[in-house]
Amino acid sequence: MLKRTALFEAHLALGGRMIDFAGWEMPVQFSGPTQEHLAVREAAGLFDVSHMGEIEVQGPGAIDLLQRVTTNDVAKLHDNQVQYSILTNQDGGILDDLLVYRINHEYYLLVVNAANTIKDFNWIKQQAGSFSAEVHDTSAGHILLALQGPRAEQILQGLTDHMLDRIPYYWSQRVSVDGCESRISRTGYTGEDGFEIFCSPSDARHLWNRLLVVGHPHGLVPCGLAARNTLRLEASLRLWGNDMDETTTPIEAGLGWAVKLAKRDFIGRDVIERQKREGPGRKLAGFVVEDRAPARDGYPIVVDGLEVGTVSSGSPAPFLKKNIGMAYLASRYAAAGTSIQIMVRGRPVPARIAEMPFYKRGKRFD
Amino acid sequence: MANTPEDLAYTKDHEWIRAKGDLATVGITDYAQKQLGDVVYVELPKVGDRFEATEPFGSVESVKAVSEIYMPVTGSVVEVNETLNDSPEQINEDPYGDGWLIVVKMENPAQADGLLTSAEYEDYIKAEAGE
Repeated sequence: MLKRTALFEAHLALGGRMIDFAGWEMPVQFSGPTQEHLAVREAAGLFDVSHMGEIEVQGPGAIDLLQRVTTNDVAKLHDNQVQYSILTNQDGGILDDLLVYRINHEYYLLVVNAANTIKDFNWIKQQAGSFSAEVHDTSAGHILLALQGPRAEQILQGLTDHMLDRIPYYWSQRVSVDGCESRISRTGYTGEDGFEIFCSPSDARHLWNRLLVVGHPHGLVPCGLAARNTLRLEASLRLWGNDMDETTTPIEAGLGWAVKLAKRDFIGRDVIERQKREGPGRKLAGFVVEDRAPARDGYPIVVDGLEVGTVSSGSPAPFLKKNIGMAYLASRYAAAGTSIQIMVRGRPVPARIAEMPFYKRGKRFD
Repeated sequence: MANTPEDLAYTKDHEWIRAKGDLATVGITDYAQKQLGDVVYVELPKVGDRFEATEPFGSVESVKAVSEIYMPVTGSVVEVNETLNDSPEQINEDPYGDGWLIVVKMENPAQADGLLTSAEYEDYIKAEAGE
């Protein structure tokens, strides 16, 4: 039986096409992936991402536990600050990527991938043994909306008295949104400015509808998982299960910036440190296809007739209007400018390794 | 609701054919193009290629997926809609007209009579959509 978010009926009412995603019945599209994608780049889009998991870690030992299980340095966080981080296993493999919200010095909220929620919860709980910390899966009590796009702040400001321009990138705040107690953060998975909004399931429908009404004059549209995927790919944001998993390390995935070797020991540190020093044998790289044929997940990559890698995420990019993707490649083929071939249903198609991110929004606040 | 002209024959894989003598023009249905969304790439066979009925003869891609297209009848390709290389969106805009895919010379024109009528195809997509 698939799980449904508190907004399931609302999605049907808007004509959302529902699919199974990580055990959840979620909207893959409303008006269409291309229109939704462009709306987020040019105006704003609203996503239900309540399938994401929430895990709370509390207690005097919470920070030490998180330092042990995640790769980034939790000690650098202030109250209300948010950090991108990675859960690694003993081999340095990526169990999941996540956001760590510091509520206060003894209270952290972790936002994890839907497919990994139970695995992550069990893993962290298992590591909690000697630390004075409690770990709770609070996913059922949370609705998570993502309001993304250049008009997101203006739209959300219409529903709250809190001055949103005082919330910097990767910070959060408890605010009342149209009378609903919420936590909002300036975060997202689209490459645009925007907010993620946590609220209670009982407020979900009200907030969803109010945001769509207030946002309508600004061009806000409801968006599904298809647009979420192409938006994150244009922004070169990795997707767990495609661009990283338990067999790839943060160094191979190009996420070394989220690994802080200078902090105390963490799980998988030895492997990651060695790999960082010696250089990984393979790397995640971005590519642009020099052909009309899109590259898709799983297509083999060939150089001089030799298979040198596999596409981890590939798609037409609706805003950039190119066929782009990411792939794991033997490191010697992963440098920008390298010519590769992608096997599209048996036909070799030319492509070139490109710098990531493919898309970067213009700076609007400096 | 999807448009299904009465003068065409249909398959359960959402192709249509317009048969005349031993020639048949083949495309994908209005329902199929709506399900796919914006078509961004089409891969078609070459003139002279021969396919059995139900064999895949190419693919149509939208932003989010690749869909194979299947031969409604056995035959050889005699014409390919090359304009789709530059304008794949014609499949969305005019699936029964400018969005045609190929013309086939049928080996057994009677095969076309075994395909679905527009009424049968409408019933089929209603059932598929769970309406």
